[in-house]
Amino acid sequence: MTALRVPAWPEQGTSLRSVPWRRMAWVTWRQHRIALAGAAALLGGLAIYLWLAGLQIHRDWTAAVACHPASSGACGALAGYAIHDWQPAQIIATVLQAVPALIGAFVGAPVLAREMETGTFRYAWTQGFGRWRWTLAKLVPLAVLLAAAAGAFSALLSWYYQPFLAGNVQFGGSPVRLDAGMFDLLGVAFAAWTLAAFAIGALAGMLIRRVVPAIVATLAAYTGLALAAALYLREHYMTPLLVKNADAPGSAWVLSQQWYARGGQPVSQDTLAQVLSGAPQLGGGKGGIPQDDPSVNQYLVQHGYTLLTTYQPGSRFWPFQWIEGGWLLALSVLLIAAAVWLVRRRAA
Amino acid sequence: MNIIETNGLGKRYGSTWALRECSLAVPAGHVAALVGPNGAGKTTLLNLAVGLAAPSAGGVTVLGGHPAGSPAALDGVAFVAQDTPLYKNLSVADMLHLTRNLNWRFDQRYAEIRLGELGIPLKRKAGKLSGGQQAQLALTLALARRPRLLVLDEPVAMLDPIARHDFMALVLTAAVDDGVSVVLSSHVLAELERVADYLVLLSRGRVQVAGEVDDLLASHRVLTGPAAEADRYAERPVVHVRRGEVQAHLLVRAGADDPVPPRWEAHPVGLEELALAYLREPGAAALPGPTLPGPALPGPTLPGPALPGPARDRALPLEDGEPSEVTR
Repeated sequence: MTALRVPAWPEQGTSLRSVPWRRMAWVTWRQHRIALAGAAALLGGLAIYLWLAGLQIHRDWTAAVACHPASSGACGALAGYAIHDWQPAQIIATVLQAVPALIGAFVGAPVLAREMETGTFRYAWTQGFGRWRWTLAKLVPLAVLLAAAAGAFSALLSWYYQPFLAGNVQFGGSPVRLDAGMFDLLGVAFAAWTLAAFAIGALAGMLIRRVVPAIVATLAAYTGLALAAALYLREHYMTPLLVKNADAPGSAWVLSQQWYARGGQPVSQDTLAQVLSGAPQLGGGKGGIPQDDPSVNQYLVQHGYTLLTTYQPGSRFWPFQWIEGGWLLALSVLLIAAAVWLVRRRAA
Repeated sequence: MNIIETNGLGKRYGSTWALRECSLAVPAGHVAALVGPNGAGKTTLLNLAVGLAAPSAGGVTVLGGHPAGSPAALDGVAFVAQDTPLYKNLSVADMLHLTRNLNWRFDQRYAEIRLGELGIPLKRKAGKLSGGQQAQLALTLALARRPRLLVLDEPVAMLDPIARHDFMALVLTAAVDDGVSVVLSSHVLAELERVADYLVLLSRGRVQVAGEVDDLLASHRVLTGPAAEADRYAERPVVHVRRGEVQAHLLVRAGADDPVPPRWEAHPVGLEELALAYLREPGAAALPGPTLPGPALPGPTLPGPALPGPARDRALPLEDGEPSEVTR
């Protein structure tokens, strides 16, 4: 059929070295460039919007802060613009929570699931490169690339939210950087969550071996983890501070507030309302007690009650970032290692 | 050198044994056909041999002693899986580049010339090729790695007759001209007659027949004679009886020199007929290795080992010290 012959094997047997890692770079790029382009389009599209909107926000806030005298009508109008900016920024913050999950589900989950689903793992794992090295050479560069892109993106986010976070409370907004919904968009957390989402997706793909179920499982697992971290884990990273009969600092993340009677037992809202009914000038009585009213607090303190507030101070933002980034990184390494281990031991 | 050697190899999925107590030694330089009914363990055995699956019992080595799946084994063994999986969204040129990057050796020129001869355009997506072209591409990729062993799992099952013929021609070229050892599974028996010179017959997860085709054919005869006398024939072990109204055909383990009873005629047997007879009689075995329990022979047993030639030289462990024998 053909005159062309397969030449004899030259370098057989003796000192067989592994196929170099760098050869996998092209393979990984060629096979996942569309997924990477999708992630780049998502982040890039959002980045363009954030950049344009961010410029407007920065202009508004600079003008509002610089305006003198603050009580003038013109300054009031400028402050109005600044306050007005906060609403879309809040919506954006909510939308962005989904970005790491989407990247993990649509880039991470198919990496191994598609190979298993279409049977191409039988091709890939019988090549000279070796299957566990093949897995590692795919997952690690993709993970690093996505985490780096997410890191750059969250730098833009920090700039975008900077006017709101600067503490100019008089213009409204003023989110706390430690709050859920803000904390994981800033610093290293956004990149770490993206990395974790990718690792969850990769492992789910190997465990489930089908693309669509793996995507669903990734979204579910990521949401569960993110909620658990925001609602239960994060407040325990460091022992909260306690303040008595005073407000926590404005930049603090308030965890709990509770009134206590002289004996040290907690006091219910009903009891407090009864106490306050003795001071109608404070607006107490029906409908509970007015919150955050210094004169109300003063009145209650005078009547022997104690207000205890636990909080995480704003100065702990970076320690919290490193703690969260650290455990997410460790988790991601573990999940990727588990995926590689599964590939290594899995029976066809 | 044994291109594939298994020793007490077993693979269990859950509580089911897909392959059991498989001891086998396929010498290098053959086109070995792995034959058996569906579910006999063919794919399992091949997956174990290429290192995709890990054994539950025993062991398997390739290329003369390298454990399956070890770097040396991966380097020297090329595998074309069932349904020839390819990355459907990659172009043919990308598939070449991919395979080149994943292996030490890759003969780009050979691959390009082969694909040119086959009329497979390099720019076309692999998923857009016909089934025959996809199989040819997968085979070309495997051969361009210049393997010492080529393993094919049901390579022609999905192909039309022409594509099947072309595919097998390329396999034979590699085997004959370049000395590539080939192990292929198939249940297209007619195809094997043309290409295979070594036969491994699997049944219910066990090896039933293993040996060189020439030896197997030389040690089996078909005897045709009166149907009424079929049951009285006892001079040589009977593998299978095919009964007609008047005549019966016995596949017996007997050479050309063995005496033929009066009123009986002896004919040489073809590979397809031989394989079919054994497939119909899962209790019968022609092995140098462990035998399967079966009904006792009606007549005297063969004095020596069942298989002539190299089969006798193969040192395989005998189970419970039983002599290697044919049972019926």
